[in-house]
Amino acid sequence: MTNGWIDIKNTDMMLIIGGNPAENHPCGFKWPIEAKRQRNAKMIVVDPRFTRTAATADLFVQIRAGADIAFLGGMIRYAVENNRVAKDYLIHYTNAAFVVQEGFKLPEDGLFSGFDAAKGTYDRSSWSYEGVDRPGGLAYDLALENPRSVYQLLKQQYSRYTPEMVERITGIPKEQFLKAADLFTSIRKDGDMKKVATILYAVGFTHHSSATQTIRTAAILQLLLGNVGRAGGGVNALRGHSNIQGATDMAGVFDILPGYLKMPNPADTDFKAYLERITPKVAKPGPWESYNYWSNTNKFAVSLLKAMYGDAAKKENDWAFHYLPKIDRNYSWTEIWDGMYAGHVKGLLAFGMNGVAIGPNAQKNINALKKADWLVVCEIYPDETSEFWKSPGITTEEMKQINTTVYRLPGAGFAEKDGTFVNSARWLQWKSAALPLPGMAKLDQEILARIFLKVRELYKKEGGKFPDPVLNASWSYTDPHNPSLSEIAREINGRALADVTDPKLNQTIKAGQQLPGFAWLRDDGSTMSGNWLYCGSWTEAGAMMQRRGTEDPSGLGIYPNWGWSWPSNRRVLYNRASCDPAGVPWDPDRKQIWWNEAQQKWVGPDVPDFKADSPPKDHMGPFIMNYEGVGRLFVPLAGLADGPFPEHYEPAESPVANPLHPGQSTNPIAKKFHSDMDKLGTVAEGYNIVCTTYRLTEHYHYWTKNNPMNVQLMPEPFVELPAELADDLGLRGGEHIKVTSARGHYIAKAMVTRRIKPMTIDGKKVYQIGIPIHWGYRGIAEDEGKTALTPANMLSPAVTDPNAYTPEFKGFLVKVEKV
Amino acid sequence: MTPTRRSFLKAGTGGAIVSLLGFDLRSAYAQSRDLKISRTTETRSTCPYCSVSCGVIIHTLGDKAKNVTAQVVHVEGDPDHPINRGTLCPKGSSLQQDIVNPRRLLKPQVRRPGSDHWEDISWEMAFDEIAHKVKKTRDDTFIETDDKGRTVNRCEGIAWNGGCTDTNEFNYLVVKTMRSLGVCYLENQARV
Amino acid sequence: MSSGNLRVQKISGHAGPVAGEGTQRQEQVCKLIDTTTCIGCKACEVACMEWNDLPFGETVFDNTYQTMPETRWNYWNLIKFNEHPREDGSMQWLMRKDQCMHCADPGCLAACPADNAIVQYQNGIVDFQQEYCIGCQYCVTGCPFNIPKFNPQTKKMFKCTLCTDRVSQGLEPACIKACPTGCLHFGTKDDMKELAGARAQQLREHSGYANAGVYDPVGVGGTSVIYVLHDITNPEAYGGLPSDPRVPWAVRIWKQPLKWLGNLAMIGGLIGVTMHYLRFGPKKVKDDE
Repeated sequence: MTNGWIDIKNTDMMLIIGGNPAENHPCGFKWPIEAKRQRNAKMIVVDPRFTRTAATADLFVQIRAGADIAFLGGMIRYAVENNRVAKDYLIHYTNAAFVVQEGFKLPEDGLFSGFDAAKGTYDRSSWSYEGVDRPGGLAYDLALENPRSVYQLLKQQYSRYTPEMVERITGIPKEQFLKAADLFTSIRKDGDMKKVATILYAVGFTHHSSATQTIRTAAILQLLLGNVGRAGGGVNALRGHSNIQGATDMAGVFDILPGYLKMPNPADTDFKAYLERITPKVAKPGPWESYNYWSNTNKFAVSLLKAMYGDAAKKENDWAFHYLPKIDRNYSWTEIWDGMYAGHVKGLLAFGMNGVAIGPNAQKNINALKKADWLVVCEIYPDETSEFWKSPGITTEEMKQINTTVYRLPGAGFAEKDGTFVNSARWLQWKSAALPLPGMAKLDQEILARIFLKVRELYKKEGGKFPDPVLNASWSYTDPHNPSLSEIAREINGRALADVTDPKLNQTIKAGQQLPGFAWLRDDGSTMSGNWLYCGSWTEAGAMMQRRGTEDPSGLGIYPNWGWSWPSNRRVLYNRASCDPAGVPWDPDRKQIWWNEAQQKWVGPDVPDFKADSPPKDHMGPFIMNYEGVGRLFVPLAGLADGPFPEHYEPAESPVANPLHPGQSTNPIAKKFHSDMDKLGTVAEGYNIVCTTYRLTEHYHYWTKNNPMNVQLMPEPFVELPAELADDLGLRGGEHIKVTSARGHYIAKAMVTRRIKPMTIDGKKVYQIGIPIHWGYRGIAEDEGKTALTPANMLSPAVTDPNAYTPEFKGFLVKVEKV
Repeated sequence: MTPTRRSFLKAGTGGAIVSLLGFDLRSAYAQSRDLKISRTTETRSTCPYCSVSCGVIIHTLGDKAKNVTAQVVHVEGDPDHPINRGTLCPKGSSLQQDIVNPRRLLKPQVRRPGSDHWEDISWEMAFDEIAHKVKKTRDDTFIETDDKGRTVNRCEGIAWNGGCTDTNEFNYLVVKTMRSLGVCYLENQARV
Repeated sequence: MSSGNLRVQKISGHAGPVAGEGTQRQEQVCKLIDTTTCIGCKACEVACMEWNDLPFGETVFDNTYQTMPETRWNYWNLIKFNEHPREDGSMQWLMRKDQCMHCADPGCLAACPADNAIVQYQNGIVDFQQEYCIGCQYCVTGCPFNIPKFNPQTKKMFKCTLCTDRVSQGLEPACIKACPTGCLHFGTKDDMKELAGARAQQLREHSGYANAGVYDPVGVGGTSVIYVLHDITNPEAYGGLPSDPRVPWAVRIWKQPLKWLGNLAMIGGLIGVTMHYLRFGPKKVKDDE
C-alpha cells in the first residue's frame, strides 16, 4: 500500500476493484466503514460477484473477470473529457508534460511499436522520452499541448475507451459505467483539490495475464486525479497473507535481492558492471530536480554482500559478488513446476507452501513432483503437496513407480515462534512466542540452519562444485544450529563495521553499533545491512518494530511510535505530493507534511518521504525512487515488458475476441507453457463460461480446513453460479455440479444465486461462475469423505503476466454440467 | 468465602422470603460464571492470517515458569493495536483451535521411493539424508559458466518454495542459504 | 476468582417478590447492531463459540453463506443472510446477527414455570440458569424471536447469556469485542439508542435509505439488543425479524394467576410457620449441633 489501513478513514471516495476486503481483510475493512461513518465517504465496488464488500457499498458494478483495464481506461477518458483532473499536480508531479520521442506508436492494432513477432517480445527502444541525452534535459511542454507529450498520448490512447466500448468489453451497461465514473471523479469537480479518493485492490488485479498493467491503470487514474501521496488517497495493494509484503521486501522471489535490488545477470561480468546496469541515471527537464534515490544502489549492494558473506566479502574479490547466481531468464513460480515436469528441477524445499493446491494447473504440479528425486516439506498440517504421491486417482501400482523421496518435517505454528511480519501498510511488527513447540516439532530456522550446516560440513569434508559461498556465508550466530531471530533482525538492520562519520551531522557511529538508518550505509565495506529498506528497524535505541506507542497526535492515523514502517518509518509514501508546488498542503484539514520556511525543511506528523531540506523552489519531484522524480503516466524503456501505457487484452481464454483489436486479442507477450499438460480451451470446444476463483472470509487458503470451527462455518466446497445458468442446467442449489476446463475438472455443490447476473459481452450472453479455493484432498471435510477431493486449481491455467509472472487464476474458461 | 453461583441462587430465593419480612436485600445478586482469563498469562502476538496483521493476545495458563507446560485457553484481539483495536475476524477468532489442533504434525516422517506409506524418521537422520541429497543435486546440476563462458554460478536442480507465514528473519536466512547454494528457482507465496 | 455479581430483577416461576423488583440501580446494558455495516464475516459467531467453549456441531451446505438455518442450543449467535431484490433492479445482501434480544419484558421468563431457571438482572440481561431448568420448553412458547433451544442430551435450555461473566467484570461481550467493522457496539441502553438514532439519521440523509430506523420493539418492553435497519418498515426481510413482537397473550394470561397462586401458597406457608411458632415457640438448638 502507498498508504495504510488506518489512513483509509481519511478518504472521501473509495473504489474497491479487484479486491474483496470485507471478506479477505475484515479487520482492515473497519477503516473504509469508518470513512463512511465519519466522513460520509462513498464506496464503489466493482467485482464479478456481488460480494460481502458490495453489501456495504454505495454503488456496486458487476464486471466481467479480466476486464478491469477497460473499466479503468474508461474512467481515465471520462476524467480527461470532463476536465476532472488535478492540473497542477499533473504538470509538476507527473511526466504528463514530458515529450515522447518520435517513432513511438500507440497500440491501435493491439501492438505498441517495436514488437518482434519471431521472439514474441518488444524492442523497447522507441518507448523513450525525447532529450534523454540532451545536456538541457528532457523535452517538455507545460501547456500539455505537444501532440507527443505524455498527456496528449494518454488522451489519445484512452480516447478509444468510450462508454460504449467499456460496455462491450466489461459487460457494464453504459449508464451504470457513467454513474460510477461520475461518482468517482466527482472529487475533482471544478478543480477543487481538497477531496481525496483511494483505490483498493488485491489479487483480483494480479491474477491475470495483464496484471501489472491493471495496477498501472489504477495508478494513472490516481495520478491524474492527484490522489497519490495524500492522506486518504493512494493506490493500495491490500496484499493477501500475513507476511507477503515482508517476503517481497526480503526477496523471497527469484528476480530480486533484499530491498528490491535486481538479481545479477551473466552480462554483469564484475560488480562494477552490475552496479552500472542496475543503478538508474537521472533524466529530467533541465530546470527541475530529481533525487533519484536509487543512485545509492552501490551502498545498499555492498552492505548486503557484507551481511551475507562477512569477512569473505572484500573489495579485492568484488565483495564476493560472484558468490551470487547470475540469471538471465525467468525462474518464477510456474517455471519451477514446468522445469520439474521437464525433469531438470530435481529437488524442492517447500516451507509452508502448498504448491499442489496453490496451482495453477494442479495436476501438472502433481505430475511434476512424481518426476522429482526428492521433496522436503516443512508444514504444521498434512497437506496436498507432501501427499501428492497418494493424491486421488493414483493406484497402488502407480504409487510403486513414483520414486520421489518425501520428507515431511513438523514446523512451528505462529504462536510458537517470534519474529517479524510486515503488513500491507509496510508496518514491521515483532511478535513474541507464546508457547513451546508441540511434539517433536522444531522452529523453521533451526530446520533450515541444520540442513545448511550439514551441507556445509559435507563440502568441507568432501569438496564439490564451487563450495566458496556455502563455506563462507556469514553464520556468526550465538547458537549456529538455532539462530535467534532477534540476532538476525539486528543483522538485517545492519551495523557499522568500522567507525562511520557523517561530517554534515558531525556524528559518528562506532564500529559494532547498529545503524540508525539507510543514509548511513557505505559502499566501502564499513557497513553491513541485510536489507537497506529495513535499516532503522533495530537501532541502538532498540527494536523499533517492537514499539507499542498508541499516540496519534495528528489524528490522521499515523501512529508514529507503533511498530516501524519502511522506509524510515514513513507512513504515507510520496507524501511530498500532499502539498502544492509551494509546499502548502492541498487540504489544511489533512496536513501530513509541509515546507517550513523558517527551519528550511519539511516538517509534519509524518516522516517526509523526500529530501528533507529540498526547498519547493528547487522543484524536486516527489517520486524520489523514479529517476525522473515524477509519477509515470508513461513508463519509459525497460520499465514494463508489455507497453508504456496499459492496453486491454483479453484473458488467455476468453469468450470473445478483443473488441478493440480482434486481430491481437490477448496480451502478445503473456507467458504460455507448451507441455502436454498445458492446454488452453476455446469457446468452439464448448468452454464458454467465465470462471473466477477466490477466497472466503471463513477460511484461510489451505490452512483452516484443518480447523473445526472454520469447517463448521463453511463446511463444504461449492460453486457459485447465476440462477439463470442453473435454470438452463436444471440445477438446484445443493445439487452437485461438474466444472471442466481444458486442464481438469472440479466437482462440488452448487450455490445458486442472484448475486451473479448473466452479462452481455460484445453483444453475446456470457455467464460467470465462481469457485472458492479452500479445499483439496487433506482436511477435516476431505478426510471425512465429504468432498470430491479435487483442488479448485485443477482448472486454472499456467499463463502468466509478463512483468510479475503471476498466473491467471481468474477469468479462464470452463464448461459446466449437472452431476 | 466466595459464593458459587449455585449457593447464591439458594440465598437469592431465601432473600426473597426474608425481604418480605423486612430483612435486607444484600444477597440478591447473581454470581456469574468465572472469567476464564482472570489468571492467564498474556502474550502479544500477530495474527498469522491476512496482511492486516492484527494484534492478538494469547492467553495461556501458567506463568511460563520452567516447570509449566503452558496451555492456551483463549485468543482475543489486542485492544491497544491501532489497526484492529481489539477486533478479530472469524479466522482470527478461532486461532485457539489453530494452536491446539489434533491434526498438527508432530514428528518427522519420510515416504521412501515406491512406498505407499509414511515412515517415522529421526531428526538427525532426516537432516543427514536431506543434506546429502541437497549436495548431490547441487553438484550434479551446478553451472559455473554459461555457453558464452560467463560466470553464472547457478544451481538449477533445486527449487525453494517459501510460505506466507515465514518471518522476515527466516526469509533472510533463506536468501542467505539458498542464494549461496546458487538456487535460482527461489519463489514464495508472494508471487501468487 | 471472579467476583462478578449481577443484581437480579426478575426470577422465573418464583413465588413471592424479588428483591430487586421495581428498582433500577444499575445501568441497563445494550448491544447495538448496525446491519448496514455488517459484512457477515461471522467473527461474532466464532467469538461466541470460543469464549463460551461451546462444542462443535455438524453443518451442511445449504445454498447459502449462512452457517445454519437457525441458532442452536450450542450456537447462540448466527448471522442471517438474505438476498433482497430492490425495486430499481439492484439488490441488497442483508446480514443480521441473530441472538437473544434480552427483552425488557421477557416472554421466556414469563412462560417459565421453574423457579430460578430464568432470571433477569437489573442491567437488563436475561439469563438461563441451567441448574434449575426442568426442560419443559415453555420458554420457547414465550419467545417471539425463536431463541431458546433445547439440548436433548441434558434436557436443558440454552441461549446467549450476553456474556454475563465478561459484563460483570467490566468487559464487553465476546461478539462485540470481535466485530471487525464496528457494526456491533456495546454500552448503556441510552447511549446505544442515541448512537443508533444518529446512524439511522445519517443513512436517511446521506446514503439514500429514506426508511432507515432503529428496531427496539415496544411489544416486549424494548430490548437490550437493538438494530439499525436500512428499512425499518420491513424487518421481516432480515431473516424473519418480527415487525411487532409480543409475548403471546396465552403466556401472560395463564402466568399471572400462577404467579398469584404461588404468592398465595407462599403466604400460606408463612402463616403456617407463624402459627407453628406461636404454638410451639422458638426451636431450641441442641448444644452438640
